[in-house]
Amino acid sequence: MKLFSFIILLIAINLTLFYNYSNNSSYETAQSKVLKESIKRGNAVYSDFCINCHLPNGEGVQNIYPPLANSDYLKANRRTSIKGLKYGLKGEITVNGLQYNKYMPPMGLSANEISDVMNYTNHSWGNKYGKIVTTEEVTEIIR
Amino acid sequence: MKNSKLLFIISFISIVSCAQKHKSIVIAEDPTTIDYMTEVVVPKLDIPWGFVFLPDGALLITEKAGELIHFKDGVKTNIDGLPEVYLRGQGGLMDIELHPNYIENGWLYLTHSSADGKGEGGNTALIRAQLSGSKLTSVERLYKAEQNTKRGQHFGSRIEFDAEGYLYFSIGDRGNRDVNPQDLTRDCGKIYRINADGSIPNDNPFLEFPDAKTAIYSYGHRNPQGMVRHPDTGQIWVHEHGPRGGDEINLIKKGGNFGWPLISYGINYSGTSFTEDTDLPGMEQPLFYWVPSIAPSGMAFVTSDVYPDWKNNLLVGSLKFEYIERLVMKNDTVVKREKLLEGMGRVRNVRQGPDGYIYAAIESLGIVKIIPNNNK
Repeated sequence: MKLFSFIILLIAINLTLFYNYSNNSSYETAQSKVLKESIKRGNAVYSDFCINCHLPNGEGVQNIYPPLANSDYLKANRRTSIKGLKYGLKGEITVNGLQYNKYMPPMGLSANEISDVMNYTNHSWGNKYGKIVTTEEVTEIIR
Repeated sequence: MKNSKLLFIISFISIVSCAQKHKSIVIAEDPTTIDYMTEVVVPKLDIPWGFVFLPDGALLITEKAGELIHFKDGVKTNIDGLPEVYLRGQGGLMDIELHPNYIENGWLYLTHSSADGKGEGGNTALIRAQLSGSKLTSVERLYKAEQNTKRGQHFGSRIEFDAEGYLYFSIGDRGNRDVNPQDLTRDCGKIYRINADGSIPNDNPFLEFPDAKTAIYSYGHRNPQGMVRHPDTGQIWVHEHGPRGGDEINLIKKGGNFGWPLISYGINYSGTSFTEDTDLPGMEQPLFYWVPSIAPSGMAFVTSDVYPDWKNNLLVGSLKFEYIERLVMKNDTVVKREKLLEGMGRVRNVRQGPDGYIYAAIESLGIVKIIPNNNK
């Protein structure tokens, strides 16, 4: 009986290894682990600095604070969004067909925190926007 | 049987009403007529947190991002010499106030967030300085809250003088609700009282309390961003942000515990409850509470004769609903609330100028003067 279980376990391990190998996905797994951890930290940043206006589910307030969930603007404007987080965002923007014209002041976040909160908003509430935002990417974007 | 049914209904109602707590007794009304105009007197400001009127008619305006702006005859000048501002979340350059005897001594007082001191992050600091040309001179730090933190919330911080020349200022709980406000040995979640030179008055309430921060005058506050001296009684009136519901107007009392977070008329942002209690023995009750929250910022009494219908009313800015609330008081009770300047933007501050007119600082707009129609 024990031997039987052992054999099953071996087969399972082999299958797993084969699966990983055949998909060449160990790199991807590592990447998604990094992303997952960044999203988790980003959630904390969001709860501290963003939630008051953009609300817990990223829905925002119509015509006042633009939505981040299911937001065509966030999806299409990765660079401007990062820049907005770093230096503030001013002027009229159109999000999902509605106009928004409030000043979003810079929150004083570090590059780490900005990449984390970008990853959180890009991959929450049903959003699946682009590849992971790295600290380097945030650092490179200047005014 | 009938009794038990009734009991069930009563207990059901009480459970439901407990979860929602109590709405404000008086509701904010739309005005029946709008008898005033508005004029933007200082254009193009982002977040004008505080402003004062100098004796020569100039204005000094604090921008949250860390700029001190001098405005006179349509010209803006940036004032140099500010200490380093720790820009983080709700923190930045905040309030500004003149010494009651400014004409003679030239002292102006400012609050800002600062990263100085022990620990990562920052906390609220109070400075005084004098204006010399377009530069601050004789800059002295009078107070810096300890326990720096990277949290983005609740820096306070309004400044006000009472009739005897004591200086009061507020610091919020810095997002550490369950640790700071009820602990007299820690800063944050407090109203402070100091002498105008930064020294501690010898009759402050907690001088004898072991390891207390001796500048504390009252405690158990969440995030007070409005403070004004009552024109008749001289008492210091403060309002503070609640969580979801539960913004309050409080009459500050020496040594008073205003109860945050043990008592509150609000609930968590998530909708869950953190306390069932709205009052407990030994804790002060608010003069008024807002449910739902208006996110109050800045407050002023109308004492001039410019607005006959508003005389002795209290004006409070609303960040959330973007209006000024006019509160009519009767024997220190709110009997009417009316919305002014609705839809112009987030109202950060409101003051009565030396000319008797009301001025409001509105985000992404500027400083706006309210002119009654009967003037024209």
